[in-house]
Amino acid sequence: MLRTALRNLLAHKARLMMTALAVLLGVAFVAGTLIFSDTVGEAVKNASAKNLKDVAVSVQATSAPDAPVPERGDKRATALDDKLADRIRALPGVQAVRTDVTGSATLADTDNQPIGNGWQNLATNYQPGKDGKDSRYPLVSGRGPAADDEIALAETTAKAAGVGIGDTIRFATDGPVLKKRLVGIVASDDPQVTAGGSLALFDTATAQKLYLHPGQFDELIVTATPGTDQQALTAKVRALLPKKRAEATSGSELAAQQSKMIAEQNSALNNTLLTFAGIALFVGVFIIANTFTMLISQRSREIALLRAVGASRRQVVRSVLAEAGLLGLISSVVGFALGTGIAVGLRAVLDANGAGFPDGPLIISPNAVLSALGVGVVVTVLAAWLPSRKAAKIAPVEALSSVEAPPAQRSLVVRNIIGSVITGLGVAVMLWVSTLRSGDDVPIAMLGSMLTLIGVIILAPLLSRPLVSLAGLVTIRLFGIGGKLAKENALRNPRRTAATGSALMIGLTLITGMTVVGHSAQLGMDKMAASGLTADYQIKTSTFVGLDPRLSKKVAQVPGVEAVAPLRGTGFTTKGGFGYIRGTDLSQIDKVTHLTFRQGSLDAVRAGGIAVSQTVAKQHGWRAGDTVNVGFDDKKQTRLKVAAVYADNEVLGESFADVSLVDPHLTQIKNEELLVKAAGGGSPALVKDIRRALGDSPLLKIQNRDELRKETAGQIDTIVNMVYGLLAMAVIIAVVGVVNTLAMSVFERTREIGMLRAIGLARSGIKQMVRLESVVISLFGAVLGMGVGIFLAWAGGKMVGSSFPTYEMVLPWGRLGLFLLIALVVGVLAALWPARRAARLNMLEAIGAQ
Amino acid sequence: MSHAAAVSGSPGSFAPTRAVAARATDLSKVYGQGETRVVALDSVSVEFGKARFTAIMGPSGSGKSTLMHCMAGLDSISTGSARIGDVELGSLNDKQLTRLRRDKIGFIFQAFNLLPTLSALENITLPMDIAGRKPDKGWLNAVIETVGLSGRLTHRPAQLSGGQQQRVAVARALAAQPEIIFADEPTGNLDSRSGAEVLGFLRESVRAMDQTVVMVTHDPVAAGYADRVVFLADGRIVEELYEPTADAVLDRMRLFEAKGRTS
Repeated sequence: MLRTALRNLLAHKARLMMTALAVLLGVAFVAGTLIFSDTVGEAVKNASAKNLKDVAVSVQATSAPDAPVPERGDKRATALDDKLADRIRALPGVQAVRTDVTGSATLADTDNQPIGNGWQNLATNYQPGKDGKDSRYPLVSGRGPAADDEIALAETTAKAAGVGIGDTIRFATDGPVLKKRLVGIVASDDPQVTAGGSLALFDTATAQKLYLHPGQFDELIVTATPGTDQQALTAKVRALLPKKRAEATSGSELAAQQSKMIAEQNSALNNTLLTFAGIALFVGVFIIANTFTMLISQRSREIALLRAVGASRRQVVRSVLAEAGLLGLISSVVGFALGTGIAVGLRAVLDANGAGFPDGPLIISPNAVLSALGVGVVVTVLAAWLPSRKAAKIAPVEALSSVEAPPAQRSLVVRNIIGSVITGLGVAVMLWVSTLRSGDDVPIAMLGSMLTLIGVIILAPLLSRPLVSLAGLVTIRLFGIGGKLAKENALRNPRRTAATGSALMIGLTLITGMTVVGHSAQLGMDKMAASGLTADYQIKTSTFVGLDPRLSKKVAQVPGVEAVAPLRGTGFTTKGGFGYIRGTDLSQIDKVTHLTFRQGSLDAVRAGGIAVSQTVAKQHGWRAGDTVNVGFDDKKQTRLKVAAVYADNEVLGESFADVSLVDPHLTQIKNEELLVKAAGGGSPALVKDIRRALGDSPLLKIQNRDELRKETAGQIDTIVNMVYGLLAMAVIIAVVGVVNTLAMSVFERTREIGMLRAIGLARSGIKQMVRLESVVISLFGAVLGMGVGIFLAWAGGKMVGSSFPTYEMVLPWGRLGLFLLIALVVGVLAALWPARRAARLNMLEAIGAQ
Repeated sequence: MSHAAAVSGSPGSFAPTRAVAARATDLSKVYGQGETRVVALDSVSVEFGKARFTAIMGPSGSGKSTLMHCMAGLDSISTGSARIGDVELGSLNDKQLTRLRRDKIGFIFQAFNLLPTLSALENITLPMDIAGRKPDKGWLNAVIETVGLSGRLTHRPAQLSGGQQQRVAVARALAAQPEIIFADEPTGNLDSRSGAEVLGFLRESVRAMDQTVVMVTHDPVAAGYADRVVFLADGRIVEELYEPTADAVLDRMRLFEAKGRTS
């Protein structure tokens, strides 16, 4: 008997440990997220504060509304010039003024491939001081660039390019390849450069020639003499600036802006991690509640005895909650330690992938400690609340009953009614959502999804009967009596089976929903790309600087190119909203995209006016022949004739017109992209020829249709892969839940197992019985989750589809099959330990066990 | 002692006149080692005749349950031999023992030990379902008829009284037509009327169906249903009684107790 008691205790310990694991994982994610964001945020803040240490005021050029429209191919124009810089220098309290030109320069490595990730290929001017050196960019070797044909690079950049002093550097800013001689290598701790970007330095005149007009600057950085009031100086500087063409910002304000920006950048990652944490804890609630329910029913005699000797209901509740609180606290502490590890590991992993976070100490704020521990304890106690109420209802007289009667199953009627109401509400909301047109109702869709999910969770015990019976048909056919016993066991306690299955169900609902929508959207996009684009190649720059318009002629002259259509655009406002219009070559456009006109024709557009998409026409109530008032980004009001309405087209977007109509409203005449139609569909050799014609610039990104499709697929894949991260976590927690339930079941059925062994069921048969029960429960959760997931995907997808004409729900059967398979594996894995325990039970003790 | 010998003769000296269903020869069972060593069975030799109803009696700790467990292949034996028919149990591994229990032995336990999730009929056919055998319909009906469960076959154990549950257990043991049925205190949890019913069925199965039954009990009334009673004390067989009556058994028990007190 002592042995049984000891085993009991051990079984408890294992079960409590598994419960703790669910809390632990959730807390680990919460703690990891908070510590990671604190640490990185602090480090980035320190780094940027270091960069801004000497900045008292920053003066930046703003685009001027009344500036003359730049001529074709012109550079940007700013109001910051040497004269202004000198006037600022004359202000009292000003120590120095840096005059910065900033632009982008993409460097080619020895294979002509671009260095860096495209976003952060910085270029600026080297500003030597009195000693002939720029204190901001300390030289590592060589000297600063001083002539038109000279360039300096950051140390990391030179290393990445594999170049040394004296080498010729090939690079591009926004068009053809330029060549300059490397004369110096500098150090830079700018996070943008260290995080996989690149930095090139030119002398000021060269930089101005590349990016601006001679004598002009993008930014004036004012350093103050010690003791100067930053705000007062900023005000004085501001007074010197030409109206509306430049802005002065104080250094402290700039620092605040930067840290806000950093926080925003990190928030996406933080939200993802916190979602993980939320799901872990939500699923954990079921496992905790389940464990406590089982522990209490197991201990009911003990509790009844306590009540009999005078413990009040409240004391019983309190003792259960105290136990839960303690469990929550212990697992939260361990989870917090794990979370610290996650934070450190995450930073290392992201750094290794080129995130380039600046160095800094690990920050564990009291806030992070309190939130993580608080969440863990509160969730555990809340989850144990219902079971504790049940414990309080145990009557003292139960201590006296000699017969161990199985606890009577409480009726499910109330639960089923509540579940039906909530599910019905959720389904109704989702059906309504499916008729909605715009994407603005996402919160309603989320609410409907939540209601549906929660409703089905409440209904799960009711649903377990038909679904498990169905699964039983299969297991009985395949495994005979073992399958039958497994099915009957899974049906024995519907609440427990449901709670266990729910853990897996929640994960699978999310994953199925997102997979189905993602897959359908992918197919829709493919269809759209295929229907819209007839060009064979799209030419873009890897940076967003755009393509010089002169380049399109060069491409057109390449043998094998049939048509080249440029696309460049600008935003506009009109009564009732914003829009975007693209300018193109109307003689070429119909060769690179498939256009279907609902009203008017391409010839009508050629004759003058704009063409608008069907959606836009509907939105504004425009018809071909209307004249509409449009305000462009350069604030000029224009009356434009709507010449045609075309079926929505991915390539052209909302509206288009001839370049001659659009160009006057552009601040820079740069093509966003070139669409190329090639004879015979093109070839790798043609791509090479086009590249050569464009000067082998490392900026160029020439993609065929397949590559374009893959690019959009990549974005969706990233989301879906994240979802699979979720799946992994849901699966781990679900395994814990199933193990828990099975361990309890095996314990409760000790005598039955002993009897089955006695009358001739082999150990392997016992194992199979437990394993099948586990698989049945897992599959139940999976099927329920996938069903709800598909329903939500259908309803939500209909809403998405209203603004996405080629969207159509397609079920990814392969993936769905994979999910079922995973559920099957979860079942088998979760049963490993409980099945072993069951098979190893000592038969004689088991038969006699009470 | 002389009185006992006059009635039944000394243990092991009687050559059985019938075929033997199970036989123990110098069977010993020892638990633990060194200081905690306990000899539960001390060189026991006994035969259980075919189509006979044998009761094993003895005070607590006499080894009567251990003897049954060893003979039924539920527990391993330390030395000596235990046979069911021609099969030597000591030479079987766990898998073979399980198969032997499944195919040749029926069990009736004190605590009924039915599966609550299965109906009465499903519980009855459980051993055959485990073996993957089809039950013999005629035999099954006869057994069900005998134990009087015809109207309750679809009931779950929770819907049956204790006596009915034990009748299901009896039917389960009989239905597979095992070579031998071991019953461990089958009436221990029943009131006297239900107990009498169950014992009547066992008695009847031996008489009408030629079933072999070995029953462990400490109830002289139950032992009175048997053809023969074997008395155990301190792991040895000390007495046998043929065609016993409850009174004769009770007398014999009083004698042991007196002996236990004086020695």
